[in-house]
Amino acid sequence: MAVAKLVLAATSGKSSKILLGLRVLAFLATLSAAIVMGLNKETKTFVVGNVGNTPIKATFTAKFQHTPAFVYFVVANAMVSFHNLLMIALQLFGRKTELTGFRLLSIAILDMLNVTLLSAAANAAAFMAEVGKNGNKHARWDKICDRFATYCDHGAGALIAAFAGVVLMLIISAVSISRLVQPNKCSISTTAASTSVVP
Amino acid sequence: MVKVTQRLGGLVLRFAAFCAALGAVIAMVTSRERSSFFVLSLVAKYSDLAAFKYFVIANVIVSVYSFLVLFLPKESLLWKFVVVLDLMVTMLLTSSLSAAVAVAQVGKRGNANAGWLPICGQVPRFCDQITGALIAGLVALILYVFLLIFSIHSVVDPFLLRKS
Repeated sequence: MAVAKLVLAATSGKSSKILLGLRVLAFLATLSAAIVMGLNKETKTFVVGNVGNTPIKATFTAKFQHTPAFVYFVVANAMVSFHNLLMIALQLFGRKTELTGFRLLSIAILDMLNVTLLSAAANAAAFMAEVGKNGNKHARWDKICDRFATYCDHGAGALIAAFAGVVLMLIISAVSISRLVQPNKCSISTTAASTSVVP
Repeated sequence: MVKVTQRLGGLVLRFAAFCAALGAVIAMVTSRERSSFFVLSLVAKYSDLAAFKYFVIANVIVSVYSFLVLFLPKESLLWKFVVVLDLMVTMLLTSSLSAAVAVAQVGKRGNANAGWLPICGQVPRFCDQITGALIAGLVALILYVFLLIFSIHSVVDPFLLRKS
């Protein structure tokens, strides 16, 4: 009887509409973060030295693949946006599939795993970007943001989108867990109607 | 009978996570090494890098939280709140661990494209202790992922998991 209550609550009600809206927003945020960081590349030519009167120029490139934390950032954001896309498709096109207790639990667990994955990726990229922006005089690492300003700006934009995605995924995860724990109020009246039919 | 073993298992997991997080904090805070590099003297401490400071702060929060939840009575209404807090603490752990690993990887291998030299060659004992602290953080994270699934299983009605 409680399984029927939960199935009724999960397929209808306001919480599924809120969840759908949040998932669309999170999908857009993580997808844009992955794309902006994935296309992050800047090439600049610097004057390295002088031989007599002619300056020697060398070309340097700043790519996101140079830093493993940024590679992980792109991969994790792509994975989380794919997860959100799957969940949106399930909610929009899967009205016939019965959301039993185990399926709701697996959705909740997948949401939690994805929120931890995304927060790890966003944080690692944020700390690496901080080292790149400010340098570290104890370890004698020079900052690179004064020379590659566009690269740093694009990276900052991708980071902001990813942190917005983290907050959204956290809310989504909380809503998924709450759908697991409390059945909806409207299901109580339907169970009362069904018990009155059976003598 | 099932309830008693369930509660005992939860307590054991949480105590182990508390020990792991506390070990990570202690290992990182006591890592300090001085080495001389020609005429320069280099002192490597964990507070030089912001990611390691965040790691220490996050693991302190986690160990204090685990210690407090160990004493929560069984019939308290706060257990539903503990599920959400467990999720946030897992997020804190994984973000601090991944930030510290990202920065430690630069310290160990350097970054040839940015002109950053590795520092582990000059302070090997510091690097080893940081590695130990990161491994302890990883153990705490794995234990907390199990605890999260465990808390949800304790709070949600058990018969929902069976197709009845």
